[in-house]
Amino acid sequence: MPRSDQKSNSNWNIVFLCWLIASISTLGSLFFSAIMQFAPCVLCWYQRIFMFPLAIILLVGLFPFDKSVVKYALPLALAGWFIAFYHNLLYAGIIPESIQPCSQGVSCTEDYINLFGIFTIPMLSLISFSTIVALLFILKRRLSK
Amino acid sequence: MKKQHIVLLSGILLILAFVIGGYFYKNQQSKKLGFMAKENVSTFIREHSSTLGNDDAKVYIVEFMDPACETCSAFYPYVKNLMAANPGKIKLIIRYAPFHEGSDYFVKILEAAKRQGKYWETLTVMFQSQSYWASHHNPQPELIWQFLPNAGLNLDKIANDMNDPEIAKLIEQDLADAKTLNVRKTPEFFVNGNPLPSFGYDQLKALVEAEIQANY
Repeated sequence: MPRSDQKSNSNWNIVFLCWLIASISTLGSLFFSAIMQFAPCVLCWYQRIFMFPLAIILLVGLFPFDKSVVKYALPLALAGWFIAFYHNLLYAGIIPESIQPCSQGVSCTEDYINLFGIFTIPMLSLISFSTIVALLFILKRRLSK
Repeated sequence: MKKQHIVLLSGILLILAFVIGGYFYKNQQSKKLGFMAKENVSTFIREHSSTLGNDDAKVYIVEFMDPACETCSAFYPYVKNLMAANPGKIKLIIRYAPFHEGSDYFVKILEAAKRQGKYWETLTVMFQSQSYWASHHNPQPELIWQFLPNAGLNLDKIANDMNDPEIAKLIEQDLADAKTLNVRKTPEFFVNGNPLPSFGYDQLKALVEAEIQANY
């Protein structure tokens, strides 16, 4: 009993951590757009589409703890991760901007913030999505054991 | 601590951080702009900028606007009312932020009209006829010409003057200043360098009244 209890406790902690990251990212992106008035580019919106529901779905999975939350959260996180990855390639100039679709409005390579030369907004997004994906994969493995 | 409490507490802390962070950011931003207004007046007012009102006025409303912007047109009578309600105390400075596609065309007409001494008349005519030529689905800039005689303009001279590269340069300068001041939407107001805390007529009125209180 104590052993399985401990195990389910750390499973809960993993989902909780994912929720925390998703919530920080959600509020952070809202801070950039609503408070600092940075206009979000198209790719940012696509990433938001996958990040915002994570903050809700993971919370629902916490009470009572529902291990099938992985099944629902992982596809969202993966889709967001791919867009964030693409966005960073674009930002770094590995893919030329001329072939990407967001010519109207805000350019997806606009430099809003840049801490220490690496922490741009797209990079923060990629870090969030990567961490959530990694944690959810770890959880998936633990649950299938 | 129970799990529910941990989550609840984290949620509250996150939202608190958001609200407090927002408060500090806005505070710091308005301090920065207030400082800029003193140290860097030219970012707010350029030599080419058109001004309306008493030169001795102590309250300066700097408005970044776009002739094709509906909200700018809707706000214009309010700004005029504010000036009328406080005679001699307010000076309006018009800056351009032609963010709508192709709206620099109208700025050029406006600046050409200025050379005929009909700037404010033309601006009024533009705003009044805006719905005819600036429809979002079907913008037809050439339709504006039929309204311009109402401002008493010599149209041949306008057509000639509006292509002066000086005017294009002036628009570029205004756009550069808009970028410096973080103007991304129109209209954007600065009252003695202070931005609106949030967008709205009441906020503009409150800010102007506060500046009148402080300066008179």
